[in-house]
Amino acid sequence: MDYVLLAEQFFNGFQLGILLFLVAAGLTLIFGIMDLVNLAHGTLYMFGAFFAATFVQLTDSLVFGMILTLPTMLVTGIILELGVLRTLYERDHLDQVLATFGLIIFFNELFLIVWGAGGTGINLPSYLIGTSELPGGISVPDYRIVIIISGLLVALLLYLLVSKTRIGMLIRAGASNREMVSALGINIKLLFTLVFGLGAVLAGFAGMIITPITQAESGMGEGMLILAFVVIVIGGIGSIKGAFIAAILTGLIDTMGRSFIDVALMSFMDSVAAETAGPAISSMLVYILMAVVLAIKPSGLFPPKGA
Amino acid sequence: MPVIAPAIGQEFYTDVFARIMIVTIAAISLNFIMGYGGMISFGHAIFVGIGGYSVGILASHGIESAYIQWPIGILMSGLFALIIGAISLRTRGVYFIMITLAFAQMMYFLSVSVEKYGSDDGLTIDSRSDFGLSFFDLNDSMTMYYLAFVLMISCLYINFRIVNSRFGRVLRAGKSNNERMTTIGYPTFRYKLVAFVIAGMMCGLSGLLTANFEDFVSPDMLFWTFSGELIFMVVLGGMGTVMGPLGGAMIFLFLSEILSNITDAWHLIFGPFLILVVLFARGGVDGFLKKYEGPK
Amino acid sequence: MLKKFILAAPIAAMLSVPSVHANDDTVRVGINLTLSTPASILGLNSKAGFEVALKHLGGKVAGKKIELIFEDNQFKPAIGKQKSEKLVKKDKVHFLTGFIFSHILAASAPVGLKAGKFVISSNAGHSMFAGKKCHKNFFNSAWENTQTPMAVGQMLNNEGVKKLYILAPNYAAGKQMITGLTRTFKGKVVTKALTPMSQRDWSSDLSKIKAAKPDGVFVFYPGAWGPAFFTQYAQAGLHKTIPLYNAFSIDGANLPIFQKRNMTHLLGTMNANFWAPDLDTPANKRFVPAFKKHYKGQFPAHYAAQAYDALMLIAAGVRAAKGDLSNKDAIRKGMEEADFESVRGKIKFGKNHFPIQNFYARKVVNKNGQWQLSKVGDAVLKNHAPTNSAECKL
Repeated sequence: MDYVLLAEQFFNGFQLGILLFLVAAGLTLIFGIMDLVNLAHGTLYMFGAFFAATFVQLTDSLVFGMILTLPTMLVTGIILELGVLRTLYERDHLDQVLATFGLIIFFNELFLIVWGAGGTGINLPSYLIGTSELPGGISVPDYRIVIIISGLLVALLLYLLVSKTRIGMLIRAGASNREMVSALGINIKLLFTLVFGLGAVLAGFAGMIITPITQAESGMGEGMLILAFVVIVIGGIGSIKGAFIAAILTGLIDTMGRSFIDVALMSFMDSVAAETAGPAISSMLVYILMAVVLAIKPSGLFPPKGA
Repeated sequence: MPVIAPAIGQEFYTDVFARIMIVTIAAISLNFIMGYGGMISFGHAIFVGIGGYSVGILASHGIESAYIQWPIGILMSGLFALIIGAISLRTRGVYFIMITLAFAQMMYFLSVSVEKYGSDDGLTIDSRSDFGLSFFDLNDSMTMYYLAFVLMISCLYINFRIVNSRFGRVLRAGKSNNERMTTIGYPTFRYKLVAFVIAGMMCGLSGLLTANFEDFVSPDMLFWTFSGELIFMVVLGGMGTVMGPLGGAMIFLFLSEILSNITDAWHLIFGPFLILVVLFARGGVDGFLKKYEGPK
Repeated sequence: MLKKFILAAPIAAMLSVPSVHANDDTVRVGINLTLSTPASILGLNSKAGFEVALKHLGGKVAGKKIELIFEDNQFKPAIGKQKSEKLVKKDKVHFLTGFIFSHILAASAPVGLKAGKFVISSNAGHSMFAGKKCHKNFFNSAWENTQTPMAVGQMLNNEGVKKLYILAPNYAAGKQMITGLTRTFKGKVVTKALTPMSQRDWSSDLSKIKAAKPDGVFVFYPGAWGPAFFTQYAQAGLHKTIPLYNAFSIDGANLPIFQKRNMTHLLGTMNANFWAPDLDTPANKRFVPAFKKHYKGQFPAHYAAQAYDALMLIAAGVRAAKGDLSNKDAIRKGMEEADFESVRGKIKFGKNHFPIQNFYARKVVNKNGQWQLSKVGDAVLKNHAPTNSAECKL
């Protein structure tokens, strides 16, 4: 086995995990606190990507463009919450699924018309193109290190926000017992709006930070949305810790599966069969993981208390 | 309806109505578990796919007899429903929605990967299921039309009978209060599983018809958006009403046809429509009409 | 519920207002393309190709008006089939054409063929129709799916590539590309990586490529895959050491986007195709500038070139039958003879009605500030017919 390759793939899987966490964190918070199934969360990821690309092109600066994107995401999230999603909190999950599905198809079409079928993208400045050598002959693209570090920083900020501040206390209380929070006389509507805005910023941050790599295209949110749902369901809905662990696990399993499953299969079947079966199994791997977790623990790995 | 379409005298509309009736069967089956049993399956297209691929795969091996294709298609759908149901029904609420979606994704990726059966290019079916009867040839579009009609009516009837039976009452009671039913000694899990299997087989039937009608099966049949569309049809027609799925499927298919003829960017209209239906016309068209009719 | 039946009747009646079709003064051409979803970038290019051809024909052939009826299949085979039914049964078209994607063609072609219409694929090159399922009324104005990668394989031999790393999405077209390529490529294939269709991040594959150290990388990443993959390839620094070759991943439809994003590392990359915008034929010299005038100043992609030829082919058929649209045999014979100036020169059809044609290597170049695909040298494959042509029993 090639250990350098193994280490590099581990790194890649970790990076995917961080990205998944950023999307899943908002999703699981919104789900846990407002009991809202928001299929349009992937759309917020797409918003982040397109806003960032547009701002970077306008300002001709990666840093300025990205700084502009975050407040824009907050405003977008708040507008969506006030306009549509707020009315859905009291509805059942089915209504929520349908209405947010409506948002998805509307925005996908809108973005397609505004930015064209080819989508848009961000070019990295030259100082971020290139690779760094880590000990042991492992080389990693510089920008991916940026993604991991900034993603971990955001995760840390989120942790501090949720565990050390008053608003975080309310969020935690809301996730495990909604009635109690409103009984305390807290302005629950404002709290909900803020949580949604926070989720939008997190998803937008993820979309923004990945755009220099994947580029932005209409419909990019759905693949991410489904994976993020897998993550929060594995982690236990409403649990940030669960989302983090499940995101890293999903990222690693997905990347490792894609890299090594055909090799592993070739050890006991012929190469043609392995080449066919490998991609099939690796595409299914995260879903198999989810089905197995739910079959054993029907409320995910870390179900929040009181849920 | 069987009178309307042929009466218009255009083959095109015969096809339009046949397609509606075939989709309706899938919607009836979803309504059965979702509207009466409270099981929101986001992977119902799986069974359309299994039914469809049963015809496609057998036909590609030269087995064209309906007496082999149809029982296998329905049994396979039931078998998969049993396995998927047994695992998924351990969860509830959103977890159930997501685990059924996960199974649908697995089946989708499986069908995309199997090159032998066309991968995502799909399988073309040269000859429709052969019933060996000279007066009953599915290649004739009127025969196909009436078969779809009879099967749709049968499914409506079966659905009606089951939900009004003792089994149906337990199922419905389990939807509104699962704990109580379990406490008073009803094994709701088993009831739900049986319902899930029946729904799977009925949906498989829709898949068998789809494959015959389209002469083609592809992974597209079990993509998650189709599962979403089925949910929408059921909600649109009015969940938990006997005739709801028919109305829902009809409105959905007509609307998408009409809108897409107006503009290629019809999703710009359709998305907000979806949201408005949810926000203002809960209980679907049936509920909407009832609201404005007043009690009778 | 009765209400719904009552509701249904007027809707059905409204839809069924019969359009006037009795007179056959008009040649109706139904064009089934993918005009929405991100995949529409190819369909829109193709649509413009049909429109330019209509303009060059003066909207008429053999004294009859030509009417183009476009339908959008939304990138779904079932919808595509539905639209084909509408074109054939409701609009009563004489010719059914278009089709960008093979699976949509596979679902739709029987609708036209069963109704006795001519079906002309202007892009989708499903092998099935070149071989076992060839049909007297089926024509293809483009190519069979494996031909282009076969040309790329030959091009790689000419370029001296000995060790090749292959990447393609894990779906039918991706696998067909690999089949075609490995048929002609003589060197060693280090890895055939079939990546999941949803993949937009190639980090793990790029690491593997770096470890494998091939002489060249071949990719088939059409549509939205392309920009993402090419960007990451450059970010990983691989473009400096390992040349990148492709099939159907860089073309006239997406080059303007690449240029706008300033992806200069793509300059010099090569692919192969039966056609190039600078191919020296009289029809091409008329077509290319007319297209640029018609469509946002862009160079046509091969999608448009094939669409142009598809309508010219239909016109040749109608001309041969002297405008008698009921004389199917005369139309078919006219189309087989293909007596018209194609953008690729004279078209010659095999008995399976697929063109027997040359394939050329093409390179991305910057010509007067506009990027384009320029033909390199002589044909890499000459008078090439689909490999499975012999399976066609016509």
